[in-house]
Amino acid sequence: MSNVAEAHAHAHHEHHETFVSKYIFSMDHKMIARQFLITAVIMGVVGMMLSIMFRLQLGWDGESFALLNTLLGDKWAPNGVLDKNMYMSLVTIHGTIMVFFVLTGGLSGTFSNLLIPLQIGARDMASGFLNMLSYWFFFVSSIIMLLSLFLEGGAASGGWTIYPPLSALPQAMPGSGAGMTWWLISMALFVISSLLGSLNYIVTILNLRTKGMKMTRLPLTIWAFLVTAIIGVLSFPVLLSAVVLLIMDRTMGTAFYLSDIIIAGEVLEATGGSPILYEHLFWFLGHPEVYIVLIPALGITSEVISTSSRKPIFGYRAMIGSICAIGFLSFIVWGHHMFVSGMSPFLGSVFVFTTLLIAIPSAVKAFNYLTTLWRGNIVFTPAMLFSIGLVSTFVSGGLTGIILADSALDITVHDTYFVVGHFHIVMGMSAIFGMFAGVYHWFPKLFGRMMNTKLGYVHFWLTIISGYGVFFPMHFLGLAGAPRRYYSYSDYPMFENMVDLNQFVTIFAILGGLAQLILLYNFFYSAMYGQKAVQNPWKSNTLEWTTPVEHIHGNWPGAIPEVKRWPYDYSKPGFEEDFVPQTVPLGPDEEEH
Amino acid sequence: MTSIFVVLIIAMAVIAIAQLSRIHQLSNNLRGKREEDISDTSNKVNAFLMLSSMFVYFGFVIWQMVVWGPYMLPEAASEHGKDIDQLFAVNWFILLTVFFGVHVLLFYFPFKYYRRKGTKAYYFTHDNKLEFIWTIVPSVTLAGIIIFGLITWNKIQKTEDENPLRIELYAKQFDWTARYTGSDNEMGNANYLLVSGSNPLGIMTKQTINEKLDEYAADIAKLQASLANVMPDHKREEVEDKIAVYERFVARIMDFNNTKRNLNAGLDDQLVKGEMHLPIGKEVEFFIRSQDVIHSAFMPHFRMQMNAVPGEITRFVMKPTITTEEMRIKMDDPDFNYILLCNKICGSAHYNMQMDVIVESQAEYDQWMSEQKVFIAESGNTENSKENKIAEL
Ligand code: HEM
Ligand SMILES: [Cu+2]
Ligand SMILES: [Cu+2]
Repeated sequence: MSNVAEAHAHAHHEHHETFVSKYIFSMDHKMIARQFLITAVIMGVVGMMLSIMFRLQLGWDGESFALLNTLLGDKWAPNGVLDKNMYMSLVTIHGTIMVFFVLTGGLSGTFSNLLIPLQIGARDMASGFLNMLSYWFFFVSSIIMLLSLFLEGGAASGGWTIYPPLSALPQAMPGSGAGMTWWLISMALFVISSLLGSLNYIVTILNLRTKGMKMTRLPLTIWAFLVTAIIGVLSFPVLLSAVVLLIMDRTMGTAFYLSDIIIAGEVLEATGGSPILYEHLFWFLGHPEVYIVLIPALGITSEVISTSSRKPIFGYRAMIGSICAIGFLSFIVWGHHMFVSGMSPFLGSVFVFTTLLIAIPSAVKAFNYLTTLWRGNIVFTPAMLFSIGLVSTFVSGGLTGIILADSALDITVHDTYFVVGHFHIVMGMSAIFGMFAGVYHWFPKLFGRMMNTKLGYVHFWLTIISGYGVFFPMHFLGLAGAPRRYYSYSDYPMFENMVDLNQFVTIFAILGGLAQLILLYNFFYSAMYGQKAVQNPWKSNTLEWTTPVEHIHGNWPGAIPEVKRWPYDYSKPGFEEDFVPQTVPLGPDEEEH
Repeated sequence: MTSIFVVLIIAMAVIAIAQLSRIHQLSNNLRGKREEDISDTSNKVNAFLMLSSMFVYFGFVIWQMVVWGPYMLPEAASEHGKDIDQLFAVNWFILLTVFFGVHVLLFYFPFKYYRRKGTKAYYFTHDNKLEFIWTIVPSVTLAGIIIFGLITWNKIQKTEDENPLRIELYAKQFDWTARYTGSDNEMGNANYLLVSGSNPLGIMTKQTINEKLDEYAADIAKLQASLANVMPDHKREEVEDKIAVYERFVARIMDFNNTKRNLNAGLDDQLVKGEMHLPIGKEVEFFIRSQDVIHSAFMPHFRMQMNAVPGEITRFVMKPTITTEEMRIKMDDPDFNYILLCNKICGSAHYNMQMDVIVESQAEYDQWMSEQKVFIAESGNTENSKENKIAEL
């Protein structure tokens, strides 16, 4: 079908559009991207508030906070002191929301949806209908997760990893009752959403690229989304199986994960099952999951750093290679979460080896970012600041990962606050920074308006200061031997000296939380009243900036543009402007790159 | 005091945000300026902040080392722990070098290369030699880290002593029990079906098996008698199911008698709660079990951690090298105690599932040991002695 005819058909569609089909059950990838983003913003605010609530308890153990009583009521915060079961629920739901709803659904859902069709030159996703379903599964799943906080017995409280038997036996703790059931239902729906989305992304990238858009001309964002989607499709089903087996253990009397248990005085018949099986299944998703969270952020950063340095991304092919290598390796390292589970020490050695291998492609990426900055002509947009922040946190967090990957060292720091510090610097900062960078950079594409730059600056500087203020000290806490998922440390003389540290962390957490108000204000205000965007505000090369500012069905009013070159011709000698869009044909004796 | 501090910070931040958005509104009206046009001043300010953040960040890291460094775990109190600490030292040296090195470049480049009017960036797409170097250098470094790490890991797994001291650590929500083997240095078998008030670890002996069989026989008889009463169908079904379950338990317990297990090994086992003693310089082999959910036996001072997994027995071997007394002197803290913590989320009171660990001379240890009751003597009055133990603490 010719592009013009296609565009026509789309234009024709628009006549039938109702409010519901345009804003709610939309099949347009740009609208779906916005839906994902706004849902994730709301989930992020909740996740943040939960963390501040339990941080208050950690900073000032047993002290009364009227705020807690107001938010949680007499049952969960009698006299303003957080209940210990509620503490566990808050930690669990905070982790679940942040990892899955903000950084998986939110990050991939928003930017894969927005950018895949726009950057590869497609009119929409391969299946608009599945795409819509993907969002609505995500939406329902979010609602269930949020509502579970209001259940009689509290929300799920076994940690985001929900290891059985704790999660399998309702008698084991209050949150393992209805709260866990709701968690499992919500996650099952979430997995479906993720699978529908990922399949769509893969098919779209492989099949719907415009003429001339070879795989070696794809922006690194698209490469990142592709690898992420493939990881998701291969690993989420394993989580689903783990969840299904757990549901069966909970409701049908099976014993996949249960063996020789007496719980709350009751002797269970189950014998022969193994909780270690669950750990293997969970981490077979769980580890790739952290890359599902991180890789899109790295993709976004590659794009932003190149654009804002006005310089090609250094080592384009090495970047593709390292993303693929990371994606592949992420599947054979899961055992590093289980060094002290009683797993065979030899198997442990294998996982030490594979895990440390990941550091090589990661190092290549870090050096390539540095070289991209070197001799650039750097413009500090808020997106650029967050991207540089991402590189800093990626390096800081990656290095502590090397400690954790070493099984002998992990004996000492496993499940301590050292781990909490490590993964927050990588996920809670790096991946989140990538997401922020994406929001600032593509806001004009999302909402047709600009965000306020000055507020963006303030937001960045406050966020990175408070982020490091919150998460860096946690390493010291861990090295002092403090276990994670503890409601209180007051019973331990050995942690007496750490009270100051915990208060320091909580104060910065509150500051960081307040800093996000600036983002929220900027985001919602600008979406409604911000300065109207021009077509290509960042003087960028990629195809999304050739579409009109106003969203239209089918993305381009006329034919889809053809691609003639790679996306990173910034400051190429022989051109007057410091950018050469992908649609500009190669000169007669111009080399591609 | 601290609350006032917090309130102050919140108040200041709120005012700051309100002010900022006012300024934003005002400047919005005044300027015909576009958001994407970053002024040279803004650019320079950010470039300068980038460079400053290098000093601030490094300063912060060093400040933390100075302020909180002294509270890190003291030197390892076990043989293998020394190897771990050495591995830590080497890794920290490498990682901190990379950390500072990369961050110098990362913060310096944005400062050095911020946009200047009339200049263009250097068009530099790739360089095979450079890329080769920074693939090879990390690879070699990592090879070193991997090799050193695996050597240490394998060394830790090795046991030297053919006949180490054997201790079982038994976890349940929310406490630990340690079981010593008594004079035979052989741990009696155990099974959860034998757990009772007088046999909290389910140790397998002729007597405990028979007691349990009697108990179930009595229960089953009682349930069967109750079936004679009039009751609704679903109630009846419930009772019948329960009988069936108990009968299957009985069958499984009968089996314990038929196996070739040594049913005497458990007789002289000794159970302690609240406080575990270890002799200095003697290798200890821990057998770790759990009654309900996953727990984890974590003794940070000995660099020891191993999960307690229901249905499995996990193992960890270590040799204490510093007595509690010596450590108290080293740390200049007369109240110091080694500790066993639970380090796998296990329920509401996960945060308080601890046991003190005392390392002492062989003589002191023998003395203490001789005061502990043997299992057979204990059966029947465990509850009492347990309470005494806790009261003593
Ligand atoms: C103000 C920001 C935040 C603060 C103060 C904070 C703090 C914490 C703390 C104290 C814990 C409990 C650790 C434990 O006891 O195991 C935790 C858990 C966690 N957080 Fe955050 N966090 C923040 C933001 C984030 C973000 C942005 C993410 C996104 C990846 C995140 C992901 C997690 C995860 C996955 C857990 C583990 C939950 C579990 O153990 O079940 N957090 N957070
Ligand atoms: Cu992992
Ligand atoms: Cu425990």
